[in-house]
Amino acid sequence: MTTARALPGEHIHIAVNEQTAPFWEAAKEERLVAPRCGDCARFRMPPTPFCPHCQSKAIDWVELSGKGEVFSYTVCLKPPFPGEVFPFVPVVVSLPDADGVRLISNVVGGDIADVHVGMKVKVAWNPITDGWKVPIFEPDHGD
Amino acid sequence: MTDLRDKTAIVGVGATPYWRRGESWPRTITEMVGDAILAACEDAGISVKEIDGFAYYSSANAGYGESMETASIIETLGIPEITFTATLTGGGGGSAGALGLAAAALTHGDATYVVTVMALQQAKQRLGTVFAASAPKPENAFLQPAGLAGPGHLMALLARRHMHKYGTRREAFAEIAISSRNNALNRPTALKRTPLTLEEYFKADLIADPLCVYDFCLETDGAVAVISCLADRAKDLRHKPVYVTAAAHGGSRDWGRAFAWYNMPDEIFASSGHASVAKRLYAKAGLGPSDIDVALIYDHFTPMVLMQLEDYGFCAKGEGGPFVESGAIRIDGALPLNPHGGQLSEAYIIGMTHIREAVEQLRGTAINQIAGAEVALCTGGPAPIPVSGAILRNTL
Repeated sequence: MTTARALPGEHIHIAVNEQTAPFWEAAKEERLVAPRCGDCARFRMPPTPFCPHCQSKAIDWVELSGKGEVFSYTVCLKPPFPGEVFPFVPVVVSLPDADGVRLISNVVGGDIADVHVGMKVKVAWNPITDGWKVPIFEPDHGD
Repeated sequence: MTDLRDKTAIVGVGATPYWRRGESWPRTITEMVGDAILAACEDAGISVKEIDGFAYYSSANAGYGESMETASIIETLGIPEITFTATLTGGGGGSAGALGLAAAALTHGDATYVVTVMALQQAKQRLGTVFAASAPKPENAFLQPAGLAGPGHLMALLARRHMHKYGTRREAFAEIAISSRNNALNRPTALKRTPLTLEEYFKADLIADPLCVYDFCLETDGAVAVISCLADRAKDLRHKPVYVTAAAHGGSRDWGRAFAWYNMPDEIFASSGHASVAKRLYAKAGLGPSDIDVALIYDHFTPMVLMQLEDYGFCAKGEGGPFVESGAIRIDGALPLNPHGGQLSEAYIIGMTHIREAVEQLRGTAINQIAGAEVALCTGGPAPIPVSGAILRNTL
């Protein structure tokens, strides 16, 4: 068994702007949020200035349950950073309580061999540089 | 709609040698571009001073981190006057579509001889880890932290979804890698000339499951240029004209930034993003998949070849696996694919080697000549839009 691990946060940097700040500020507090159009109420990800359906700029930031489902995944041989070499698991996760919009993330915890399309996952948090946190996902056993 | 069918033709093609990644150093991009253009002029039988147009793609970037500057190119080559210089936006998705940009210039009387060129040198930054190396931006904060270092890692997620939805097997990806390698074995220009076996394929480490090293294209250096002009003028030049029957670029919002955002609807997610462009290309050409004699399909990663075969209608959606596993894409198959060995086994110059091979096939001078080839399809890379395709032929 090879346990799926998070990437080392000290190598991960993000930049933030007006559109994306609410997502990352909430993430700092370990809350997963997504932008929902203030007019037509449809979700979108990543955060953008306009609703692609109705072109509205109005946004409601909705706190989500953190539950997700693996839409696709890959197992990469080694991290793209200097240091320890270990396999890790990038995933595209769909968020059922946000119209199925998707996040690009990692699965951590559990055996890498168990990762599959359709796997139920729940959000966890990986501290990175400058005090930010990025959402990652653990297997959700329904407990 | 103005009918540009066969109104322009490719009349010259030229290239530098192909080198392994970084080995073209210390040549400059401008020198490599110049060498390719001069070779293309020689091939066409025209003076470089007659060049008056540039139709680039990839935003006129030479790979990643370098650019092609028309001003520098004409200064160094002594081209006296330029009447058209423009580029398709995006990246390698536009390679085939740049022929349409050239056609637009030529048919509007904006230029007489238009160059389309790409040069790639990976001495400073290799493409394989380009995303890991890029500076943090708000937009890539939703991608970069997941550790997807390069384009192959990104496209592994599309391949995995295709396997899940349609039962596609790694044997299909292997078939693409192996048939491309077989086509490269006898080519002096190919950088991979040793046979690849199925056993070796399955023994290789999975860099980004389900992709192993043989599913990735080569990382190489080099430059390729082609020259287009109006079809009437082309008839008087050195070679049999290779007519640009149609070219199309663009793509749907559903595909959009593709593997940079991953929010495509399911069917488009497990695709090459070419479906809408393919449909438009065939309509413009008045031709269909059954008319294609040889397919030059952009092969940065084997699964994306398979998905393009679906999007260009050579098989039904989801049937790409069985189609390639049947042997259809081999040199003696129903749809000979990349007889030059492609980017997987010959060299990767961001789509230009496919255009070069299409020209050679339609002149009848290709090393692995497809007997009687009259119509060729060239595609640009599945990538953030634009994606593109072109249909070329040698007989009107």
